[in-house]
Amino acid sequence: MSTLDIKGLQVSVATEAGFTEILRGVDLTIKSGETHAIMGPNGSGKSTLAYSIAGHPKYTITGGSVTLDGADVLAMSVDERARAGLFLAMQYPVEVPGVSVTNFLRTAATAIRGEAPKVRTWVGEVKEAMKALNMDTNFAERNVNEGFSGGEKKRHEILQLELLKPKFAILDETDSGLDVDALRIVSEGVNRIKGNSDLGILLITHYTRILRYIKPDFVHVFAAGKIVEAGGPELADKLEEKGYAEYTTA
Amino acid sequence: MSTLTTNYLAPTGREEAWRFTPLARVGGLLDPSTAIESVNSLRITSPQPEIKLSVKSAENLPALSESDDLATIRAREVIDEVTHIEVSANAQISEPLIIERSGLTGKPQASRTLISCGVNSHSTIILNNNGDAILADEIEFDLAPGSNLTFISLQEWSAKAVHLGRQHAVISKDATFNSIVITVGGSLVRLLPTVEYSGPGSSADLQGLYFATDGQHLEHRLHVNHNVPNAKSRVNYKGALAGDKAHTVWIGDVYIRANAEGTDTYELNRNLLLSDGARADSVPNLEIETGEIVGAGHASTTGRFDDEQLFYLSSRGIPAEIARRLVIRGFFAEIVGKIKNEEIENRLMDRIDSELAKVEA
Repeated sequence: MSTLDIKGLQVSVATEAGFTEILRGVDLTIKSGETHAIMGPNGSGKSTLAYSIAGHPKYTITGGSVTLDGADVLAMSVDERARAGLFLAMQYPVEVPGVSVTNFLRTAATAIRGEAPKVRTWVGEVKEAMKALNMDTNFAERNVNEGFSGGEKKRHEILQLELLKPKFAILDETDSGLDVDALRIVSEGVNRIKGNSDLGILLITHYTRILRYIKPDFVHVFAAGKIVEAGGPELADKLEEKGYAEYTTA
Repeated sequence: MSTLTTNYLAPTGREEAWRFTPLARVGGLLDPSTAIESVNSLRITSPQPEIKLSVKSAENLPALSESDDLATIRAREVIDEVTHIEVSANAQISEPLIIERSGLTGKPQASRTLISCGVNSHSTIILNNNGDAILADEIEFDLAPGSNLTFISLQEWSAKAVHLGRQHAVISKDATFNSIVITVGGSLVRLLPTVEYSGPGSSADLQGLYFATDGQHLEHRLHVNHNVPNAKSRVNYKGALAGDKAHTVWIGDVYIRANAEGTDTYELNRNLLLSDGARADSVPNLEIETGEIVGAGHASTTGRFDDEQLFYLSSRGIPAEIARRLVIRGFFAEIVGKIKNEEIENRLMDRIDSELAKVEA
């Protein structure tokens, strides 16, 4: 049982006009096996929360803490965070020209597991995971995210989630840009991985659509850089009906 | 050995063609008072039955093309013997012919080679440049109709080598010239991969890679002269620079003459600056004298390491130095992969890795 603990997190970003505060004290605790949905309007800081936990250099932490089983996540480098068990499925996965998916996955798995995966079992492992996500085998020979469709990028993120087996996954707007079929495949992938492990999930989304496929245990409403309301799945139904107006006009 | 000549005037550095080159570092090759030895510098290490090498007197094998390059003019004036490599007509050679330099002394020398590809021949030639040299070198390519040559020029010189070179192809009807120029070694390398056409349906694909570290000056001046109708050219050069005073120069001159209707050309140069104190000059130049063409374009970019790529790889647990190496290998993979020789590809990538590691240390 692991715990990802976010306490009073404050984050700023450097702009031409100086530092702008985006996160204004975020408190959130996620335990293994739990699925937390963070929902909020555009510009509320949801993605900043995701990238700050992953350690993107664009964001400056100005207050608060993030710990993983007591270890100080904010003191770790980006790669150390991943090796400690955090995974960020990005909204806009980055193209890496000239680096094949095969090479990338193997390098990442080697880093995360601390040793190169055995060739014999690894090839099968990758093939099986790709098959489960309806990915063509020639996908592995393509360059990372280069020329991928929106759906391919998201499936590739979930493929990594499956192979790297983190303790906690942050899914940042994984539903954006997906048609119904792709959304179903990706969601089933997440549910399957969760069913086979003790994965804790932080699901960041603007729309309730993905919550029909990935059932949250907790729903948090995010507005103006912090959590303004928390509840169970029924909170998502309320947002579906009424939108974010009552949180943004205040 | 030749004495001073009337045609030759040493460059001052103010000429457009020499403004980027540190003339003090060319080892005297451009100084008319320097004695330059004529050398037959090429030998075959992996023979192919349908390719022969011979040495001929310069009088019997005059230059194929005109050149206003001062290093070439100087070299031609001192050279008394020329190496002639001939690919038989209709030869279909799948394995590469590998040639090495020999007889280089590290003192000023000049070398001239003609590579003649017979009608409808198909071949690959790999030139390994390594060791010490102060060399003014000219290689001309005479591609007969329907011939296809892939020429891979590897500059893996020692750290103090100086290499001023011209590699000029004359491509006749329906012939294809594929050039891959890889420059990673040498103190100063200035290469002129240039192309002209002598018949329609001809095609040139000029690919290049250069990687400069501390103090290296690596200069590539491309020149494509579309002087016939319906010819094609592609230029794609990629460079990376790391370390103090690493300097690269890429010039891409493409001329589409008034009679060159149906020309199809595109040139591209990308530079990756890996550290402060390095400088990449990139000057694409396209001159078009006819509008009746298929297409003409160029692009040049010089940028720093993409932090988003680094973040993406790091966020998957990959340590920063491995992530950097992956990205740089990926950047060069497009060009290196075209060599289609695993041993050479691995050797180049390992050299790039180790030079990068030295800079980072």
